[in-house]
Amino acid sequence: MNANEIHDKIKSQFLEGVVEFKPDAVVEPFIVVRPDLVREISRFISEDPEVKFDYLMSLSGVDFNDGNLGVVYHLYSMEKRHRIVLKVKVPKDKPEVPSVESIWKTANWHEREAFDLFGIMFLDHPDLRRILLPDDWEGYPLRKDYKVQEYYQGMKVPY
Amino acid sequence: MAELRTEQMVLNMGPQHPSTHGVLRIELVVDGEVVVDAIPHIGYLHRCFEKHAEAMNYQQVVPYCDRMDYLSSMNNDLGYVLAVEKLLNIQVPERVEYIRVIMAELQRIASHLVAIGTYGLDIGAFTPFLYCFRDREMVLDLFEMTCGARLLYNYMWPGGLSHDIPPGFVEKTKAFIKHFRPTIKEVNDLLSYNEIFVKRTANVGVLPADVAINYGASGPTLRGSGVKWDLRKDDPYSVYHKFDWDVVVGTGEMGTLGDCWDRYMVKVWEMEQSLRIIEQAIDNIPEGNVQAAIPKRVRPPVGEVYVRSETPRGELGYYIISDGSQNPYRVKARAPSFVNLSLLPEISRGYLIADMIAIIGSVDIVLGDVDR
Repeated sequence: MNANEIHDKIKSQFLEGVVEFKPDAVVEPFIVVRPDLVREISRFISEDPEVKFDYLMSLSGVDFNDGNLGVVYHLYSMEKRHRIVLKVKVPKDKPEVPSVESIWKTANWHEREAFDLFGIMFLDHPDLRRILLPDDWEGYPLRKDYKVQEYYQGMKVPY
Repeated sequence: MAELRTEQMVLNMGPQHPSTHGVLRIELVVDGEVVVDAIPHIGYLHRCFEKHAEAMNYQQVVPYCDRMDYLSSMNNDLGYVLAVEKLLNIQVPERVEYIRVIMAELQRIASHLVAIGTYGLDIGAFTPFLYCFRDREMVLDLFEMTCGARLLYNYMWPGGLSHDIPPGFVEKTKAFIKHFRPTIKEVNDLLSYNEIFVKRTANVGVLPADVAINYGASGPTLRGSGVKWDLRKDDPYSVYHKFDWDVVVGTGEMGTLGDCWDRYMVKVWEMEQSLRIIEQAIDNIPEGNVQAAIPKRVRPPVGEVYVRSETPRGELGYYIISDGSQNPYRVKARAPSFVNLSLLPEISRGYLIADMIAIIGSVDIVLGDVDR
């Protein structure tokens, strides 16, 4: 299935769920979906026998630098051999996205990483803690407006 | 014994434990000798690769990619330059593609040799380690004569290579192949089919195929569970489609499908397949200039790309967003070791503490890759 067909498939099930579809994006087409529906959509496309996205290749946080944070899901189907990119956008002051950990276990650590570096809150995540940075680190480094904390545990941070 | 009251205990393994292959701490919840839960704690080697990448231009990111998985720098670079080239939409000369494949496969052999050697070391076999490192040294010599570096090469650039192969490289590589084939047999005699080694690894850390896919496992970890999946075959990149070779999968020969022994053995047979690819490529390197397609300034159009490639440890994906400037807006590295390590709790519950050593080693992680 190509991106257009996958988009139609999602749209037929979740009429309100698709915010934007860019079939002509450089280099890959992507679908922006509503954040509050992302888990339902993910469950649908992971179980539907025609699309069957069983492999979450990557889950990345992004700071769009326009007051929005985002999560990008790169999905692949081992069985059907097709791929799609899903995106959600959430406002920076309330970055809440439902977790897809219950669908793809890959998301467990990837969501922890996005939480750690971008401060995106994944609702219903079983174990949302910092993963790469120390537990008591302040701020979310990969946000574009990040300022390094001056002192960490009494040590000057050398930047 | 049933009336005896037992208590759970927390045991820290690492971050300085020799078998964790780097700075990894595993919080083990044990009931006597039995592992109830294993919680990995990572991040000791975190160097903010993704933040650094945003602050420099596309070419300058390559040396940082070297340092992620420092045992397979060539493969890391390859994945990154493929992503940038796809974003730029440039074609590189065929000569470059061939040399890249040869380097990537040599690197795969070198990386697997470390994995196999140190795995034997973990289990208590010292000699195979020396055999492996002796031969890895020969691969590093080939890299050194090509680009001057033995570990971190900065060899692959967007659009080309930093150096052409030097005179004598082809002959030396052929001599290496001739020397190395018998080593695989030696390793098998010494280690793979060694009674003690088999006893320690067979039926331990069993990973079923559906769990592996759900966790996003890739590389030998996934193939050890019998899933015939290799990006070089299933999502081909560069010139891999031109060569004749086989994807190796675990068979459950010594115990259960997807146990530690299967994951280990996939690596051994993969070296053989890498040799086959190199043999076919080395005699057919086309003529050309390896720097002809290197752009003076790398300035991709606004857009984004996710490119994945098969490193010795599995699927390495680069997600690059370009805002049209000389610096990438966002680089995300989907590291194979990071994902493979996340399934460690799943395959260690119910085994003994001593088995943990075998299980960690069989997943074959590099902490530089996990923490980035």
